[in-house]
Amino acid sequence: MKRHLISAADLTRDDAVLILDTAEEMARFADRPIKKLPTLRGRTVVNLFFEDSTRTRISFEAAAKRLSADVINFSAKGSSVSKGESLKDTALTLEAMGADGVVIRHGDSGAPHRLATSGWIGGSVINAGDGTHEHPTQALLDAFTMRRRLVGEEGAALDGRRITIVGDILHSRVARSNVHLLSTLGAHVTLVAPPTLLPIGVERWPCEVSYDLDAVLAKSDAVMMLRVQRERMNAAFFPTEREYARRYGLDGERMARMPEHAIVMHPGPMNRGMEITAAVADSPRCTAVEQVANGVSIRMAVMYLLLGGAEPALSREDSAHPSPATTPDGGAARRPAVEENN
Amino acid sequence: MTEQNRTLLRGAKILGGEPQDVLIEGGTIAEIGRDLQAAGAEVVETDGAVLLPGLVDLHTHLREPGREDSETVLTGTRAAAKGGYTAVHAMANTFPVADTAGVVEQVWRLGKEYGYCDVRPVGAVTVGLEGKQLAELGAMHDSAAEVRVFSDDGKCVDDAVIMRRALEYVKAFDGVVAQHAQEPRLTAGAQMNEGIVSAELGLAGWPAVAEESIIARDVLLAAHVGSRVHICHLSTAGSVEIVRWAKSKGWNVTAEVTPHHLLLTDELVRSYNPVYKVNPPLRTEADVLALREALADGTIDCVATDHAPHPHEDKDCEWGAAAMGMVGLETALSVVQHTMVDTGLLDWAQVADRMSFRPAAIGRLEGHGRPVSPGEPANLVLLDADYRGQVDPAGFASRSANTPYEGRELPGRVTHTWLRGRPTVVDGKLVGAA
Repeated sequence: MKRHLISAADLTRDDAVLILDTAEEMARFADRPIKKLPTLRGRTVVNLFFEDSTRTRISFEAAAKRLSADVINFSAKGSSVSKGESLKDTALTLEAMGADGVVIRHGDSGAPHRLATSGWIGGSVINAGDGTHEHPTQALLDAFTMRRRLVGEEGAALDGRRITIVGDILHSRVARSNVHLLSTLGAHVTLVAPPTLLPIGVERWPCEVSYDLDAVLAKSDAVMMLRVQRERMNAAFFPTEREYARRYGLDGERMARMPEHAIVMHPGPMNRGMEITAAVADSPRCTAVEQVANGVSIRMAVMYLLLGGAEPALSREDSAHPSPATTPDGGAARRPAVEENN
Repeated sequence: MTEQNRTLLRGAKILGGEPQDVLIEGGTIAEIGRDLQAAGAEVVETDGAVLLPGLVDLHTHLREPGREDSETVLTGTRAAAKGGYTAVHAMANTFPVADTAGVVEQVWRLGKEYGYCDVRPVGAVTVGLEGKQLAELGAMHDSAAEVRVFSDDGKCVDDAVIMRRALEYVKAFDGVVAQHAQEPRLTAGAQMNEGIVSAELGLAGWPAVAEESIIARDVLLAAHVGSRVHICHLSTAGSVEIVRWAKSKGWNVTAEVTPHHLLLTDELVRSYNPVYKVNPPLRTEADVLALREALADGTIDCVATDHAPHPHEDKDCEWGAAAMGMVGLETALSVVQHTMVDTGLLDWAQVADRMSFRPAAIGRLEGHGRPVSPGEPANLVLLDADYRGQVDPAGFASRSANTPYEGRELPGRVTHTWLRGRPTVVDGKLVGAA
């Protein structure tokens, strides 16, 4: 695996499966009375959030704390950033404070890439969502949830599973990361949206595209509903909320036409009544809450694999712990944690 | 003074032709021939370098007044001289905007004072580049700066009525409106070319149609009112088609292309390195090839640099926060050699046409863009076309270094530039003004 996690496209199939398997290990600790691991003791993780996102920030924070890292939360609001400090100067400040890992959420597409490649900092960069570009840990936790619900087997990918992603693809970093990751894992992805909310050039993505939700529902193992901002209609992306909900929203009737085993996913926060009805959101087929819980396990796995470093990341003495990461950068040298533990 | 100032160029390939000697006396070309004798003249052994008329840029941002942290008339004209230019058109988007006779005269006067390169200011079409009220175009024309080209460059004159009126109004004094073709509503927040790459990178797209729709409208307007219109930095294959069609109708339409649009594509944006952020944006390979072909067949009249200096901090940041633009004066001729001459699309005589004769004619600029013949003004550039070297912005005369070519190997090096017989560049180095 690379030193940073900027794009889901950077992950090989082996990388992705390794992260999912490691996350399964991490999830097992969540069921224990003491949830903390000593893995990242003495390491500093900075949550650098230029956009408000309490959900994502606390997920990364919980993950880092369960790995015993020191966590610094840096929110742009009310900080020097709101007084005009540049990303570069913020980065240099964090570097001076000795950040081993920087989790960055930024409104500009590419900001994490710049942070990782401009030589401003030495630590690992984890993209927690950049503009309308990518949100790779969201895609990983989605894949993790799908694998648990649709495959149920560690070490496996998502070969042949049919995943439908519905909504504002144009502005969605979740969709971009999911298309990359799910296709890497062997799933068949179909994007569904009104043509106005699909990017020019989408035909080159490794997926199918449809304007008709009803036509693909019966062939879907998972249907992922994306949040659609109501304000989009002001820019004429669709005429009204009601028309959007009628054509692209998921209600009980549509859900009933999905295969029995199929799940409904949502990255949150939900717009109930817009892309998803309350009945669907609260049904047992909807994994939204489960996705949040899985998010902590996935982010623990990512930080463990990226920041574990040359030192044994987890104590060997504790046989219940996953195997240590023996090399910082050599993905091949790292075996999936489950092999030693099962 | 005329008596002392004699320079003999030995064996220069005029417009890439057979080696000949050229004698410069005072401000003019005195004699051309073989084995010329000129007692007391300073002799330049050209070693078969290519001799071209001094280049003329229709599109330069000198940034003064207002953004002297990125460029000044002095540093910009020094950069121009190093790039082989003897005249540049200074764009109007300064602070304050060059929308009055006072501002354009100031810029013109500074250029004259420094003496590296003639500076012909471009006047704003509308007050403050706001697109609402016509600036005093006549006053700028009548000023000492002799403004002939008017442009709100950086912004599009998007109001069809204002554009129509401007096109009509400048007919009175043979002016030309140079349009920055960008439909503003289609490009709100745009960051890069809209296409396959923007879809992947999640950057807001700048669609080709936003340029093409304005060009289509403006060539129709120009035809309707019988004016001439000039299209700035044409960047798409579709724009080429529209201009080609307009010219086939006999309409008075001219167009320019930048060196970077002849070479670079939006694939470079994958680095998220803002040095590739420019407006109009880098397009696709197909567009690049169409632009080269159009420059070769004359559909596009000329090369203009859109030299757009920015201070380091405006590029040393995330993509979305970065300024748009690239410097170009000191690399333009090399890029044209690389993309057009070394590919066989243009010969040196045609390069002289696209980079000197045509832009001077469009700008109604006298004394520039003249043939290399006896009696003509000695505005000349000598190019070592066999040179190959990496671009190093540390050697730039420009105050800014935002070049997309850093570390790239490009051919050709300007060794000498003469402005009315006075050398501004000798052996690749600037020479102080007289």
